[in-house]
Amino acid sequence: MHETCIIIGASHAAAQLAPSLRQEGWPGPIMVIGDEACLPYHRPPLSKAYLSGEKSAPDLLIRSADVYTRFGIEFRLGERVESIDRSRKTITLRGGEELAYGKLAICTGTRVQTVTLPGSTLAGVHYLRNIEDIDRIKADVRPVGRAVIVGGGYIGLETAAVLNKLGMHVTVLEMAPRVLARVTAQQVSEFFQRVHREEGVDIRTSIAVNGFEGDSRVDRVVCADGTHFPADLVIIGVGVTPNVELATAAELATDNGILVDAFARTSDPDIVAVGDCTMHPSPLYGYIRLESVPNATEQAKSAAATLCDKEKPYAALPWFWSDQYDIKLQIAGLNQGYDQVVVRGDRSVKRSFCAFYLKMGKLVAADCVNRPQEFMVSKKLISEGIELTPGQLADESIGLRTLLDGARSDVST
Amino acid sequence: MPVINYLQSNGKTFEVEVPVGSSVMQGAVDNMIEGIAAECGGACSCATCEVYVDEAWIGVVGEACDIEKDMLAASSAWRTNSRLSCQIEVTPDLNGLVVMIPAA
Repeated sequence: MHETCIIIGASHAAAQLAPSLRQEGWPGPIMVIGDEACLPYHRPPLSKAYLSGEKSAPDLLIRSADVYTRFGIEFRLGERVESIDRSRKTITLRGGEELAYGKLAICTGTRVQTVTLPGSTLAGVHYLRNIEDIDRIKADVRPVGRAVIVGGGYIGLETAAVLNKLGMHVTVLEMAPRVLARVTAQQVSEFFQRVHREEGVDIRTSIAVNGFEGDSRVDRVVCADGTHFPADLVIIGVGVTPNVELATAAELATDNGILVDAFARTSDPDIVAVGDCTMHPSPLYGYIRLESVPNATEQAKSAAATLCDKEKPYAALPWFWSDQYDIKLQIAGLNQGYDQVVVRGDRSVKRSFCAFYLKMGKLVAADCVNRPQEFMVSKKLISEGIELTPGQLADESIGLRTLLDGARSDVST
Repeated sequence: MPVINYLQSNGKTFEVEVPVGSSVMQGAVDNMIEGIAAECGGACSCATCEVYVDEAWIGVVGEACDIEKDMLAASSAWRTNSRLSCQIEVTPDLNGLVVMIPAA
């Protein structure tokens, strides 16, 4: 009798890990346990094409149901794992059922940070993480209605763009002096503020929300400075928290994420962890925790190999994307600790430029706005550690690809 | 259901049925065909689903849009018949389509 591999969590990481496990040669049963009702689905379109109505729920499935059947993968959906007993190698479901594992994969992801402000539980106040959240939001969308978004991060801005397109009057309230303050440079924040204002979204920065008011449902948002905003719909997008409680309770090492090595191994040799919930080593950036689909998918491939006693280290360069209006933002690398920003292209009038982030003269990240080619090249420049001067990066007269090819041939000669 | 043929650079071939309205990328994802990573899940954002369209099929498949062309132009595997498979929607006309997957 072969042992079972149990995967806790049924999102992007699981959708890759389960079939990859089979491909790597796992002979026993594979069981995926998820607390949502549906098979793993693409989350990035939730705040974009799903909210706008361009995509429906079946379009979002990462793989169709028959694929999992073909790979012999069993799903237990709408179930929650309450605890892990590492000494007995079992997990316990909320209903009390105990399941034995040979190997275990924790892919529990993140959850939204909630706020505890007066009125925050009123009807019409939403968070955005799961497909059900969006279904609730969609039910509150009315053309010419007023939407207030609390938090000017990527999710908040993507949502603002879609609700604006759907005909709502949208206001974004950001506590920091600029939107995207945690993730981009001033120059990029200013660009997105301009674009949203041009599109008709009211962006307010340096403003703190005090609470929400309304009788049966929310009708206005009240701020600390006394201003208030009428609202038919409120969406709070103020970040996420990794789901590490199961791991912590089982005494696995955690630190703002479940600690894993480059092979996705936790401190228990029979347990791996994958995706947003992990704190993992990156060759370029040290220990990092990412909120990223490509990270979950690529790390899952390493984890699948590990569970089958093979070694495939995970070392991919982090990257991200965001679609808003006619803008495709692609981000290569992580800008943590940057000390210089170099802009290529015009960010004040047009909608196409790059912001390069340097740390002690070394390129660590690039935000590419409608510059897919520069994004592709930036990934290579960063991962290959190719050094270009700020002057070269800013000079539009020489293509980035030419610079890359030139630097590569210099290395080889 | 249209049949799409995927040829890997190691000579392995996959002949799989892909529903109309799906994409050539999704057909590869659903069959775990190696070489099509599809990191962004079909958002035309990552260029990890590049394929070479068999010369005989180029006219039927059609041309890439500007964003896709830009991404492809920066690919080290680029050829004149390169396309991002997430941007090729499967239609009845594509029954029998042959695509090659670039070597990793």
